[in-house]
Amino acid sequence: MNRIARWQIAIFLAPALLIYASFSAWPLLDTLGLGFFNTDEAGQQHFAGLANYYKLLLDPQWSDGFWNAMGNNVEFFFIHMLVQNPIGLLLAALLSLKGVRFAKSYQTLLFLPTLLSVVIIGFIWQLILSPLWGVAESLLAQVGLAEHFQPWLGEEGSALLTLALISVWQFIGIPMMLIYAALIAIPEEVIEAARVEGASAWRIFWQIRLPLILPTLGLVTILTYVGNFNAFDLIYSVKGALAGPNYSTDILGTYFYRTFFGYQSQIGSPTMGAAVATLMFLVILAGVGVYFFAVQRRLQRHAF
Amino acid sequence: MKHTKHTLSMLSVALLAGAAQAGTLSIESWRVDDKALWEDVLIPAFQKKHPGITVKFAPTAPTEYDSSLTARLTGGTAGDLITCRPFDKSLDLYKKGQLEKLDGKPGMQHFPASAKVAWQSDDGKDSFCMPMASVMHGFFYNKKIFADLKLAPPKTQAEFFAALDKVKAAGKTPIALGTADQWEANQIVFTGIGPNYWQGEAGRKALIAGKAKFTDPQFVAVWEQMAKWAPYLAKGYSAQTYADTQNLFASGRAAIVPAGSWDIAYYKQQGLDFGAFAPPVAKAGDKCQISDHTDIGIGINPKSKNKADASKFLEWIASAEFADLYTNKVTGFFSLSSHPIEVKDQVAKSMLDWRKSCGSTIRLNAQVLNRGEPNMETELWNVNSQVLNGKLAPKAAAQQIQAGFAKWYKPQQ
Repeated sequence: MNRIARWQIAIFLAPALLIYASFSAWPLLDTLGLGFFNTDEAGQQHFAGLANYYKLLLDPQWSDGFWNAMGNNVEFFFIHMLVQNPIGLLLAALLSLKGVRFAKSYQTLLFLPTLLSVVIIGFIWQLILSPLWGVAESLLAQVGLAEHFQPWLGEEGSALLTLALISVWQFIGIPMMLIYAALIAIPEEVIEAARVEGASAWRIFWQIRLPLILPTLGLVTILTYVGNFNAFDLIYSVKGALAGPNYSTDILGTYFYRTFFGYQSQIGSPTMGAAVATLMFLVILAGVGVYFFAVQRRLQRHAF
Repeated sequence: MKHTKHTLSMLSVALLAGAAQAGTLSIESWRVDDKALWEDVLIPAFQKKHPGITVKFAPTAPTEYDSSLTARLTGGTAGDLITCRPFDKSLDLYKKGQLEKLDGKPGMQHFPASAKVAWQSDDGKDSFCMPMASVMHGFFYNKKIFADLKLAPPKTQAEFFAALDKVKAAGKTPIALGTADQWEANQIVFTGIGPNYWQGEAGRKALIAGKAKFTDPQFVAVWEQMAKWAPYLAKGYSAQTYADTQNLFASGRAAIVPAGSWDIAYYKQQGLDFGAFAPPVAKAGDKCQISDHTDIGIGINPKSKNKADASKFLEWIASAEFADLYTNKVTGFFSLSSHPIEVKDQVAKSMLDWRKSCGSTIRLNAQVLNRGEPNMETELWNVNSQVLNGKLAPKAAAQQIQAGFAKWYKPQQ
């Protein structure tokens, strides 16, 4: 009676398959399809081939905004990669040291912002950095740096960087926790063997611990990539859908929002929005594809 | 089995009853701030006249309103009564068959043609929303600061800048205005002070007719004036939001705020002693022009199951009772009907009195100009904020707007 029939497999797969197909695969395919249509004045949709993509990538009126958003998004991602993940690694390494007092409390505190709503985070930081009533200026003044204070969120040159750092502050807990879990999973014998061989703590970290957590670092990278190219909420809650000043904080998410839903008297277009969403999907797909083929396949499994 | 069948039939009867229940109306609106007022004052007043009709006021935040309304109308879940944005946004809904034609409906006769034009097809033949209220734009000033510095509300631009210099010398912020949210730079500042330069309706119609360009001196001059404001704004104004601006003026730290009449209620609530003055003219004796914008209308959803009651509601909106309640309870929104209304609030009354001596126009780009791509409203928010930020020269601003306009508008090509 232990034989499993094919129909049994089908039945057990069916619920998950149905849910995935109807709530994930079908909307995705429908969006991909919708991108090939356009909308007329009466709200009717007509097949238009690649017209939307042609407009989006080649008509300066659309492409300038699109490439600006793409460039900002890449910058947003690199700031996370250069700041969030190294600091996450550092914090995880420190927390996994033996005999750190209050390690658990630090862990909780560092992870806490991740649990807060982005709207709250945006609001708090806007207040902290406010040139009118923020504490940032007086804090800088206490260490004699008052003249370096700027309305960072309002300047074209610094608004995106500031928002990216706010996002880093919020999400630092995620890479930290993932890397921390990987670090404490390394068997003590491996480390002790190295120590007996005379390896310094520095060398143990770089040549033993780090290679062993590479798969986790890869995972963190890809999570950051997907998260950043889908980002929207923080920019929207702090700068609104116009992502000012002069679109300097516009990323693909906000660009998509304006295209799909419209903004103020600008009338939204579901079909053009679908084209933008498709391009976002392709960008993320390409990034994930590169990761799987170039990185994931080379990772080795370590058996302890 | 019999039992289940019974329950099912009971359930379906209950459901049907719920769906067919007469006398319920729901209103779509972006006026979240007025929710209490609708529920406590306006709806009870309506129900006194029409007992048995339940009305629900269901507002959505202003920035979300247009997108979520479109989604609900398309999905068939929108309310029976739709609060209408002026001109093209509602015209677009009408063209898609999402607003009912209202010509000849009872109540429409109480509105002058100048009010109805904001919710009519281009040929003026079809009306699709009933006009509700307009807003006016100008400046509020802190009476205490003005009295301390012995200043009078400025009438000319020379007086305006002299007052600003005096306030600045006294260590207060002359103008409360920020560019973080961007919309004020256009809807209050540019289209508020501009009519004095482009001669109100004459300038607006010349743009639509293709007889004037944004690069003409009467338009560039507005950006030139805005570029001069930077030294009078609060430190770090590029990160100052509209809420910051309101706080700055309400707390008495700023002398002047460019504002719309809808702000009266807020500042009054904060207990501030303030007055209003119209945008200053170039030289003494010039006729003033003000932005007196038809802002709110109300229409009927063609898919409403309760059109008869919806019509009754509109008829009430057109009544003198509503005009009086709305003008005096929703301070700063002025009824558009031809009923004579006594305005009780002093600041609101002084703003309304501008109509006697000044020419009235609507926001420059509200009609026709917003129709194309790139969208002019969006462009103006961005360009006007940049001019205030000192990042864009007035001439360059004019060129950018004109180029975007000429790209799709035939009379400008």
